[in-house]
Amino acid sequence: MAFNVMEHDMVPEHHLLSEKEADGVLAELRVGREQLPKIKSGDPAIRFLEEVVGEPIAEGRVIKVVRLSATAGVFVAYRVVVER
Amino acid sequence: MMPTPLHGVSKRIQALRFGLLSPDEIRRMSATKIITADTYDDDGFPIDMGLMDLHMGVIEPGLRCKTCGGRVDDCPGHFGHIDLAMPVIHVGYIKEIKTLLQSTCRACGRLLLSREEKQEYLDEMRKSDALAAGGESPRTMEITKQAARDAMKRQVCPHCKADQMKITLDKPTTFREDGHKLTPKEVRERLERMPDEDLRPLGINPDVARPEWMILTVLSVPPVTVRPSITLESGDRSEDDLTHKLVDVLRINQRLRENRDAGAPQLIVEDLWELLQYHVTTYYDNQTSGIPPARHRSGRPLKTLVQRLKGKEGRFRSNLSGKRVNFSARTVISPDPLISINEVGIPYQAARELTVPVHVQAYNQEIVKEWVIRGPKPTGENGEYIPGVNYIIRPDGRRIRVTDKNAETVADAVELGYVVERQLVDGDIVLFNRQPSLHRMSIMAHQVRVMAGKTFRLNLAVCPPYNADFDGDEMNLHVLQSEEARAEAKILMKVQEHILSPRFGGPVIGAIHDHITGAFLMTYKDARFTRDETSYLLSMVGRAGLPKPDMKADGQSYWSGKLLFSTILPEDLTVTFRASIGSRGDEEDAVVRIEKGKIREGVMDENAIGAFKGKLVDRIARDYGTERARQFIDDATRFAIATIMLRGFTTGIDDEDIPQEAKDEIAEVLERAMEEVAGLVEAYKGGELEQMPGRSLEETLEVEAMKKLGRSRDDAGEIASRHLGVENSAVIMARSGARGSMLNLSQMAGSIGQQAVRGERISRGYWKRTLPHFQPEDLGAEAKGFVRSSYKSGLNPTEYFFHSMGGREGLVDTAVRTSRSGYMQRRLINVLEDLKVMEDRTVRNTAKTIIQFRFGEDGVDPMRSIGGEAVDLDDILTGVLGPEALSGAQGAGHAVAGYGAQEKDMVVELEDDSAALSDDAED
Repeated sequence: MAFNVMEHDMVPEHHLLSEKEADGVLAELRVGREQLPKIKSGDPAIRFLEEVVGEPIAEGRVIKVVRLSATAGVFVAYRVVVER
Repeated sequence: MMPTPLHGVSKRIQALRFGLLSPDEIRRMSATKIITADTYDDDGFPIDMGLMDLHMGVIEPGLRCKTCGGRVDDCPGHFGHIDLAMPVIHVGYIKEIKTLLQSTCRACGRLLLSREEKQEYLDEMRKSDALAAGGESPRTMEITKQAARDAMKRQVCPHCKADQMKITLDKPTTFREDGHKLTPKEVRERLERMPDEDLRPLGINPDVARPEWMILTVLSVPPVTVRPSITLESGDRSEDDLTHKLVDVLRINQRLRENRDAGAPQLIVEDLWELLQYHVTTYYDNQTSGIPPARHRSGRPLKTLVQRLKGKEGRFRSNLSGKRVNFSARTVISPDPLISINEVGIPYQAARELTVPVHVQAYNQEIVKEWVIRGPKPTGENGEYIPGVNYIIRPDGRRIRVTDKNAETVADAVELGYVVERQLVDGDIVLFNRQPSLHRMSIMAHQVRVMAGKTFRLNLAVCPPYNADFDGDEMNLHVLQSEEARAEAKILMKVQEHILSPRFGGPVIGAIHDHITGAFLMTYKDARFTRDETSYLLSMVGRAGLPKPDMKADGQSYWSGKLLFSTILPEDLTVTFRASIGSRGDEEDAVVRIEKGKIREGVMDENAIGAFKGKLVDRIARDYGTERARQFIDDATRFAIATIMLRGFTTGIDDEDIPQEAKDEIAEVLERAMEEVAGLVEAYKGGELEQMPGRSLEETLEVEAMKKLGRSRDDAGEIASRHLGVENSAVIMARSGARGSMLNLSQMAGSIGQQAVRGERISRGYWKRTLPHFQPEDLGAEAKGFVRSSYKSGLNPTEYFFHSMGGREGLVDTAVRTSRSGYMQRRLINVLEDLKVMEDRTVRNTAKTIIQFRFGEDGVDPMRSIGGEAVDLDDILTGVLGPEALSGAQGAGHAVAGYGAQEKDMVVELEDDSAALSDDAED
């Protein structure tokens, strides 16, 4: 990895949710996976996570994004991994 | 994956497929072949096989369509066709034809990709399509483009080994192969040779689109209903632009066929062929670049197919996204300070035309019959307006016009199930709108007040949200036609529901101009009113009985303005804030203190009741509801108008008169500043000017000169305003925030100051100087646009010129800004228009896909926010701990300090949290 984007100030933290956690989130939001915003599997953040986990992240996995927000302080969003 | 639930949707479009019309299909759907360019015979009857053939539909009442037998409104129209003598290229597909020619073999017509490569692309496409459930994914388009790019690069055909030549496009419709012209016929032959299986990698489905169909051999002719001819008063027929164009095509087509069949020289045939190509091209798009647009005899360019659809006046934007409507009116607006902000005044003439449908029920049958009997123009004994009925609608949908003559008979027929269209009455709900409709407050619901005159009347306090004034502005009005619409408008769109703006969490509706002056005069210091004046003032807000007088002078009782104004405040209102006049300095009445609905001190000005800034309006709307706020705005503005009329108020240029010694003083200040600038210039030329860090010597001089001259203008203004008393009308307006600023005044009385273009002293014009009145390289104050005169004293010619330069820049800026921001907003709206906040506070689109997990990330409704913040801590603290929580002796100033410390503490806590979180992010 030439440059670790996660070290950049403007890149929010990304967490890979387990299948169980993901199902919990979807149940709470009452949505299906296809209704979540998407993130491409080729996204630098996903490639970084793959390196951390040590295995490829399959399509359909849910990523939790925690970022600082001007209005809410801290804001949590979710994204579903799609093939690029 | 879970299928999205369909809410009242009976069918959902899964995919759209676009194909081409084959010549065969065009002939099959054609009702008639067209061979003659003539339209009507001498009797004015459509000629058979002419452009107005009755097989293609009817536009004249009385005739019947020869295809379907329908009359004018029943027959939808039918297509015809023209057989072209020679094939021509369809301009709309020119890009596709180009890529097809370039990516196929000139000898065998195969795609210039090997079998394996082709298969690879097909596999990739299948994979990406599978991902986009049912339909093509946007990625597929990319793949087809890549396939075409790869094929175009090939120099030799991988199938027949033929060498490929370079194909270029001579805009708009001529193809060349190594410089030699390719006729449309040759192009068509090449495309015909392409095998079906070679089309798929290019994203073409051969079942619905063969490439040779992009070269026209048959031209489909739209029905006459698409291109109706109009009969002028003189009896002459005027044909539609499309018909004109088709006539051209037919004429040339005929000549081309004759010449070709007679064996005319190749050159002549080719010329005619090209002419036919021109006519067919302009028939589709008359703005094709590279060819002159076809024109009408008058010189007006023809409006052909593409022009009908494209742009702001095109079918999409002006007929499909937006439509003209009934039950609407438009006229000039004018002010009426005595109607409520919720109301709109409507002239009799308009009220007679605009109607509300009333469904006849058992409970209203009798009264509705009464209305109908009155006819369409009933008046009272003194000629006053009484609503009548224009139409009744029978249950079968037929409309019957009510006239004075038939009113009684029609009324007898009215039964349950009928609908009666009743004219407007006071209290009806209508929508009122002023363009440009930039925000939601541009369309608000008002209650009708029918009145004399010919203009719409509106309360001045609603001018700000509409951005309206009365210099000739016109506004639109729409009458709601259903109970649901009226209920929705009443609850959501009434003016009072928009006092607080979602734009900045404060009031957009409030006092302006004279309202503010009036309130200021009413409440400033010891303004007082006699018994007569007091009863007049109180009568304006409909209050009976006089309060106890609170002032006495010369044995007379007086009522203070503050006491009177307090009568319209909520009884338990307690606030403290800084008045507009108190923005600097701490003079009397600069801080407003209201306790239990009584004004203890302070003056009512822009910061109290003004639109955008009014603290009282804001506070009352928030804490006492919109109805109370409406009442307050109505009352406050009436008080203000009554006061200003009692006292009288005017301003003129003599308000800016200052004594001679002040003028001398100003002249001296300006003279000194200009000398100082001259000194700077000298220092610069002598190389003695000390350079500022990060700036060149020239920049240093400019900055220093600007600073000096700017300060001298301020000083001049300061001197001038010292001599303008507080009783001065212009000063009252500026300080209370009614109109104008102290800067405006000092520019009138003192000096206008430095003029700037692009934020710099004026430097353009002649070689090394701005005007021939100055020496080259003169960098002094006058030569670079300093205007020492005041507006009142008048400008000398060079000053006037510089002032015009600065003024022009301002005008150009606004013109550019409006058009640019208009387009920006259009694009934003197109993206955001169908997003909505769901019950769970997520923001979703029409497919119920989540766009944002919580509205605005904090879930705060900006309209209910306090200046954008979710909570007003200041207010909560005062509410819980009493006013002492914030105020020391001086109120506002202290309060902010105390609160500031607490806010800071909280910010630190929050930041600690988030800092911890961002640390995580780095792990």
